Amino acid sequence: MINDLYQETILDHSKRPRNFRLLEDANRKAEGYNPLCGDKCKVFLKENNGVLAEVTFQGAGCAISTASASLMTETLKGKTIAEAEALLAKFHDLLTTDQSLPNDLGKLAVFSGVREFPARVKCATLAWHTLRAALRGAGEVVSTK
Amino acid sequence: MPTVTSLDVSAIREDFPILAQQVHGKPLVYLDNAATSQKPKCVIEALTHFYLMDNANIHRGVHELSERSTLAYEAARGKVQRFLNAAKEQEIIFVRGATEGINLVAQTYGRTHVSTGDEIVISALEHHSNIVPWQMLCEEKGAVLRVIPINDRGEVEFDQFEKLLNRRTKLVAVSHVSNALGTINAVREIVKTAHGWNVPVLIDGAQAVPHMKVDVRDLDCDFYVFSGHKVFGPTGIGVLYGKEQLLEEMPPWQGGGDMIRSVTFEKTTYNDLPYKFEAGTPDIAGVIGLGAAIDYLDQIGMDAIAAYEHDLLEYGTRALENISGLRSIGTAREKAGVLSFVIDGVHPHDAGTILDREGIAVRTGHHCAQPVMDRFGVSSTTRASLAFYNIKEDIDALVAGIHKVKEVFAA
Repeated sequence: MINDLYQETILDHSKRPRNFRLLEDANRKAEGYNPLCGDKCKVFLKENNGVLAEVTFQGAGCAISTASASLMTETLKGKTIAEAEALLAKFHDLLTTDQSLPNDLGKLAVFSGVREFPARVKCATLAWHTLRAALRGAGEVVSTK
Repeated sequence: MPTVTSLDVSAIREDFPILAQQVHGKPLVYLDNAATSQKPKCVIEALTHFYLMDNANIHRGVHELSERSTLAYEAARGKVQRFLNAAKEQEIIFVRGATEGINLVAQTYGRTHVSTGDEIVISALEHHSNIVPWQMLCEEKGAVLRVIPINDRGEVEFDQFEKLLNRRTKLVAVSHVSNALGTINAVREIVKTAHGWNVPVLIDGAQAVPHMKVDVRDLDCDFYVFSGHKVFGPTGIGVLYGKEQLLEEMPPWQGGGDMIRSVTFEKTTYNDLPYKFEAGTPDIAGVIGLGAAIDYLDQIGMDAIAAYEHDLLEYGTRALENISGLRSIGTAREKAGVLSFVIDGVHPHDAGTILDREGIAVRTGHHCAQPVMDRFGVSSTTRASLAFYNIKEDIDALVAGIHKVKEVFAA
């Protein structure tokens, strides 16, 4: 069902993305690119003593990639880097494996519907790939391909 | 002019078994023909027959099967020659597709004729396959790539083209029909003007041959390329047409079997046209399948196909115009086969996914023509592209699908 993909939360965040801005005093950032569709995503982090005090993003993309980035920034604010890495792994599993739903993903669970649309998995993971690059300080443009 | 009813489309649809299926519980509406076309039964049967009965390598065998496969392979060359109205069979070179045909010309004609400071002219409408091979050549030779701009309708600006030509221009390479927008370029006039400067012209016909009659002698183009799979033939096979004199002068591209006359470690002499450019065992079945596709098109008639599709495109254009919040990208006065558009507030990928769930196959993205997208200030579009087996009901389904897209995103 198409409504399993475009759930209300996803539509809401795609139309009104949260934390959608440049973070002037970011101390980590990265840029992501999906060459299949041209979607771009920049993630900005402000990290203090291992805690993500601010997380913002900019970019242009489809509803799935925009909502995913928006919900990611909301979820990550206040988390430690270790927690962010753990979430990243869990989110990836949510989209790519048939395992039963991890119950601690909170709002991010709305993306479970993406699993039924394999062509769209990369849309949902673009922001998270970019996050990983920012956390690990690669500093270059990461691609979903 | 023949009317829509002059094609028996319901009989034609019977010839394409793939169309009679359900996708996500809905009847398939295939509108991705500019990416690849579907294959009629006769093409599928030609491939099957070849592998069931005639499969053997061509040209050197003395046995019966080799004789049969050679005859079938060379017969297909004759069919392509007549299809394009080329003067001679040896002007037809089989390649993997339009992309390979362009690369062949860039690497042979281009490398021998282009040097530092020379210029190659393309248009702003080109597919990446008619941009990148020329960029690579320019990079290697220190030459300059010049681009003819397009107007807001997506039409090449002819006066700008005339201004770009000069004594350093070594080649003009333009598409016959734009894959992203459907614009039909005035290639005959482009050739005539370029020839005024003694500049040869390559035409990328990948998006033209499925929709209209092409006559390379009337166009007077020097090179013409197309892909078999876009003209109802198999994937992996394509055609490079070149004027005999140019092909004769060009060095071979790939070395190997079949392209030689004699080989010693000291010296190799090359084979005659067209074999000089067909090194190695070619896609024999693909060539035979392409021949079957051309037979099929001949039976229906390209003029009847063009007239039918013209009406269908008009119908589609009007239907899309009536949808609020939809903007057509590419509104050239002369168009073939393509309806490219964006919907306010909806990314094309989301539209594509929702349409897919309605059984409608369209393409979303930049269509391998990123400079075209940049020109119109969009990152991508949704593209519905037509073939002669499409019907008004397909357009109606597309319109209903677009309303569904808007409904999902209206929440």
